[in-house]
Amino acid sequence: MSERKLFAHELEVRLDELLLLSLRQRSAAEPAALLETLPRELQERVLHWAGVAAQTSDDLGWLIASRAAEQAASLGAQLDDWARAGLDAYDHSGLAATRRALNDFAAAHRAGAFESQEGVAFGAIEGRLSRFLHALEGRPLKLASGARAWTDSETLWLPERLDAAPDAAGNRRLYKAIAALLWAQTRFGSFNIDPEPELAQWPAPEPALRWFALFEAMRLEACIARELPGLAADIAGLRGPWPAQLAATAAALARPQASAADSLACLAELRRVGAGETPNFPHVGALDPLAARRVRAVRIARDTATLRQALNLLRAVDPSAGGQDHPDYPPLAAEGQTQHVDPQAEFVALPPPARAAARSLQQDLGEIPPEVLQAAGPGAWAPVDGVDSYAAVTVTTQPDAFYDEWDYRRAAWRHGWCHLYEMKAPVGDHAWVDEVRTRHAHLIRSIRRRFEALRGEDKPQRRQFDGEEIDLDAQVEARADRKSGTEPSPRLFIHRRRIERSLAVMFMVDMSGSTKGWVNDAERESLVLLCEAIEALGDSYAIYGFSGWTRTHCDIYPVKRFSDRYDAATRSRIAGIEAKDYTRMGVAVRHLTGLLARQNTRHKLLVTLSDGRPDDYGDEYRGRYGIEDTRRALLEAREKGIRSYCVTIDRHGADYLPQLYGPAHYAVIDDAKKLPQKIAEIYRKLTG
Amino acid sequence: MNPARNSAPRALATPLVHLASEPYYHATGDELEVFASAAKSGLPVMLKGPTGCGKTRFVEHMAWRLQRPLVTVACHDDLTTADLVGRYLIVGDETVWMDGPLTAAVRAGAICYLDEIVEARKDTTVVIHPLTDSRRALPVEKRGEYIEAPPDFMLVISYNPGYQSVLKEMKPSTRQRFVALDFDYPEAAIEARIVAHEGGVDDDTARKLVKLGGLTRKLKGAGLDEGAGTRLLVHAAQLIASGMSPAIACTAAIARPLADETDTRDALDDLIRAVF
Repeated sequence: MSERKLFAHELEVRLDELLLLSLRQRSAAEPAALLETLPRELQERVLHWAGVAAQTSDDLGWLIASRAAEQAASLGAQLDDWARAGLDAYDHSGLAATRRALNDFAAAHRAGAFESQEGVAFGAIEGRLSRFLHALEGRPLKLASGARAWTDSETLWLPERLDAAPDAAGNRRLYKAIAALLWAQTRFGSFNIDPEPELAQWPAPEPALRWFALFEAMRLEACIARELPGLAADIAGLRGPWPAQLAATAAALARPQASAADSLACLAELRRVGAGETPNFPHVGALDPLAARRVRAVRIARDTATLRQALNLLRAVDPSAGGQDHPDYPPLAAEGQTQHVDPQAEFVALPPPARAAARSLQQDLGEIPPEVLQAAGPGAWAPVDGVDSYAAVTVTTQPDAFYDEWDYRRAAWRHGWCHLYEMKAPVGDHAWVDEVRTRHAHLIRSIRRRFEALRGEDKPQRRQFDGEEIDLDAQVEARADRKSGTEPSPRLFIHRRRIERSLAVMFMVDMSGSTKGWVNDAERESLVLLCEAIEALGDSYAIYGFSGWTRTHCDIYPVKRFSDRYDAATRSRIAGIEAKDYTRMGVAVRHLTGLLARQNTRHKLLVTLSDGRPDDYGDEYRGRYGIEDTRRALLEAREKGIRSYCVTIDRHGADYLPQLYGPAHYAVIDDAKKLPQKIAEIYRKLTG
Repeated sequence: MNPARNSAPRALATPLVHLASEPYYHATGDELEVFASAAKSGLPVMLKGPTGCGKTRFVEHMAWRLQRPLVTVACHDDLTTADLVGRYLIVGDETVWMDGPLTAAVRAGAICYLDEIVEARKDTTVVIHPLTDSRRALPVEKRGEYIEAPPDFMLVISYNPGYQSVLKEMKPSTRQRFVALDFDYPEAAIEARIVAHEGGVDDDTARKLVKLGGLTRKLKGAGLDEGAGTRLLVHAAQLIASGMSPAIACTAAIARPLADETDTRDALDDLIRAVF
């Protein structure tokens, strides 16, 4: 790359190309003028990120380009992290959130938070922290990055990057301390009281909330100390001693019987005496009780409904069960113990979801309200507001799984990006399969014959302690040894041991629109032949079709699961494989290798059948993005011990294949009609 | 005189263990009574539960309680029928029949404990079938022998239902022959007593170890295949009792054996630090 700076007019042209600004009647003149002053390297970084963003959306590209022009000079080396934070925010919440995220990041940067080179990014500590939090008691919490540290009692947001401590270890400890205190908010009842009456009396809610968060942090630290003394010591070490004027308050809130109400009382007291500047402690996250209490109210309604329903079902089966008088249900809320939550509570007779709901309710309310346990007659409970619609939403639109997708331009994952649905495979005409079997009867016979030879064979093992036959060589040797006076070996037998093939194969079949016609016919015929052949071998195999329409509709069609037999129903589903929408390959590979990895065989093989490069609606997945993501998914498969083999039908040679299938082996078939003949041979070579 | 003549069989002889002193075991339910009744009625017993929760110790304890010798076989995927029943060995000029551990246990009227039975090859489990129904006999095909089990013989198997694998499921035809006892990690207070007793640490340390164990068990399926069993906690306690610092002992005895993956290891280190 040349070292010369780009001039404004050159930058303007580049930006216009990237963002198609002239079409949108925007002018790149202003950002170009700002960028002109930057060194070439930084200019190129800005252009790079503008291009990356533009591939997601033009508006996002414009936003990144224009903001980067203003802020690149001050961000310097942090530009990449800044842009990633923005793109991440866009993925989750759209353009407005991106604007906020970019501003927050830049503001934090200006505030000097990122000066140290020893900062720790959220992404670098996410895996470790999420496991740590998962192990702690209480309701499971999701972990996400956001502008500030806070929790709505179900998700825990942590800053994108921490830089307050001079070294990386210190910043990691700080992340842990912030996360632990936020966890403690949900665990030790910070949201179990309503602070609104008190907050209403403050002229501005912001300082009041900060003080409240601080008082709660004092109380929660003591709560943590009782359960996890080492963690509390870590937190105490980070914050240093409390300022003298706060020490008495901290001691009072550290009493075992202190609750969130006491913190609120401290807040009221403070209002009377007049609050000064809030001391700043980096380990204290924000407290947003109003937002959290909204989430909590929805959850309580949901949990109550779940628990009631389970209890009603239980009573319907056994009318004597349930209610507070039943010996299996000791009073669930022990009086005077409202803050103490026993995770091992007595809900053994309940199904797991109801048990989880009961525990969650205990955590939210300190006790299970008696009215929940009251007999309400089978099915007579009134659904609490919002509960029914919640259930309806989860049933109809909840994807079966979320998958990350690799974005090579960001060199980062897009978390939970693809929404995967397992659909019902369409059923086709069974007669078609019969016709194929008749037409290819000769081919099927010869394939079966060849495959039978591959079947798990008996291999004789020589020189065994025991076996079905005598090993003559060993006998002769032993005799000679004995004659010569040396000790003969006692291993004198041949043992025939069946060598099992121990192989599971997953066929991943492209059902994209481009397969319509010959390719689809060839795929289906090949699958019929393959099934006939593999049945002769006795390998365990499955067939799944994949297609989709954008990242929010990645569909998987189980044609034959591993547990399904090759019967009439399966054959009809093979006949029913049809051309549908697009080819988002990465997510399909990830999902199917996940299924395959669960198979308990020594060897696992993923065979993809497709007709060209990965593609999806919109420009994004087409081209290098899709290729890189698929390649990454195949690499992940290899790490799981799964071998992949890709069969591609493409009559126009295929220059992208080595790049795409780098981690896998592949075969290109130029004529779809040849696929049925070739596929069995490919399989035989692969597994022979 | 060929020295090999006598040494080979002795090396392969099945250890029939007679337990002289009481192996420590803390009952958590009615398992002592169920096992004793099964022993009296000549019924085989199956112990189900996660790794390191006291299944093997329980069998040892019961062998001592019932005053019967104990034969333990750790099953593995190459374990053949001959490994269990016995085989002919050639010693010098003769062939010598060598009883396998199962045959030896049947002859001696011992308790035969097949640990992690699902690990053994499928055909191996079939050989125990005649011993587990009203026949209570072991056919030794190679010798044409049919050994009827004495009343004191008892078959005990264990398996870990936590391995969520299709191949390691036990066939219903095998499962339904056994009286089954469910084992799980003991509740915290009892587990602390066990760790304190076995590991030789004070109550406070034992309680912390148990707390740590409980936290790791929540990671099952989220980074770990299985949380720390009581056995691992006891190991950590023993290291602490020998003078090691709790953090190092727990890292060595609990965190490292459980996980290889970096994030999980780091999270376990964080948990250890949090508890101590």
